[in-house]
Amino acid sequence: MDILKAIGDFISIQLLGMKWLNDLLGRLIAVLFGTEFATGLWGNAIQFLFFDFIKISLLLCILIFIISYIQSYFPPERTKKILSKYKGIGANTIGALLGTVTPFCSCSSIPIFIGFTRAGLSSGITFSFLISSPLVDLGAFVLLASIFGFPIALAYVLVGLILAIIGGTIIEKTGVGEEIEPFVRQGENVDIESPKLSQKERFVYAKDQVVATYKKVVLYILIGVAIGALIHNVIPEAWVEAALSSNNVFSPIIATIIGTPMYADIFGTIPIAEALYAKGAGLGTIMSFMMAVTALSLPSLIMLKKVVKWKLLWVFIGIVVTGIILIGYLFNIFGYLFI
Amino acid sequence: MNIKALGGCCSRSTANYENAVLAVKELGLDVVVEHVSDVDEIMKLGVMATPGLVIDGKVVSYGRPLSVSQVKDFIRKAHPEIK
Repeated sequence: MDILKAIGDFISIQLLGMKWLNDLLGRLIAVLFGTEFATGLWGNAIQFLFFDFIKISLLLCILIFIISYIQSYFPPERTKKILSKYKGIGANTIGALLGTVTPFCSCSSIPIFIGFTRAGLSSGITFSFLISSPLVDLGAFVLLASIFGFPIALAYVLVGLILAIIGGTIIEKTGVGEEIEPFVRQGENVDIESPKLSQKERFVYAKDQVVATYKKVVLYILIGVAIGALIHNVIPEAWVEAALSSNNVFSPIIATIIGTPMYADIFGTIPIAEALYAKGAGLGTIMSFMMAVTALSLPSLIMLKKVVKWKLLWVFIGIVVTGIILIGYLFNIFGYLFI
Repeated sequence: MNIKALGGCCSRSTANYENAVLAVKELGLDVVVEHVSDVDEIMKLGVMATPGLVIDGKVVSYGRPLSVSQVKDFIRKAHPEIK
């Protein structure tokens, strides 16, 4: 067992956490600008900035490659066909799980919504899919593991999936899932054959995805890391603690309200979360913040409004926000079990 | 021959369309590539993930942008007489 633990620690601290890189950068700054600067406020901030940017970029590129390769087996057209075979809560679970591996961007959410509905999939399955798709993915899991360790990463994925399953179920059972624009149903379901891709084509697809995704999120990462560095070294600990530690009863609510309208990639959110956590913010509060930023954003809600009526849109927002706040409290209360 | 490039929402779709136009030109074909960006049109073909490529009414590719040579390969596959 000791050996297993040692291997696990090595993976999360050195391989994923890249502690060696941090040490290296620390020494480099000390050599270039002197030890006094390196151990000071701004030296630390610069080290955090470079370290986090390089680490996230490296992990991101490797991850997107692996994820895209897996995703090339699950285009939404295929996911739709798989889902139409299942019913009930099991279908919601599979919907939430497939949400994590189906490639998703905000411009494909409408076609997916229409396609699922026309295929006769229940509103519950469709919403389970729509909630989990941006919220939970393999990339977020590995990045979280590199910063907070495997148990917390696993817990994040698990509660994210549960939120997607329960959210979808509530929307279906209360009947509010029927509140969609009529044109969504007017049209036939068309199933097409998945094109057969060779291994080489899958690798090319994965490589293209890495380039396209990195270009898209590099700015978010930079902004996220810069804010993170600022929080990490300049903003007084007492402020963060007063607003966001688990002693503040309202902290998950504050974090959710701040995070909801923000539109950022999970990869840009993690450095901010990391810095807030180091400054004493509660674990649950951090979870609420990350989930709120990624699960709901103004652009995706505007897209969704084109296919659903106001009532359903508000219920959807309500369920997701309430769920995220509850998860925050849960982790603030039981978080000590993971650390 | 009838060729349609599906998708109008992101830069990947635009690249896909431009590559299709180039491929047709390089093969010396007298075909106008149709750029389809209407979601409903695309849905009728069964495609949810753009960009896609349709040759003579048949969806040959979707969910990934194609390069010029990939489009050429699809055209040759559909019309073996084209060299």
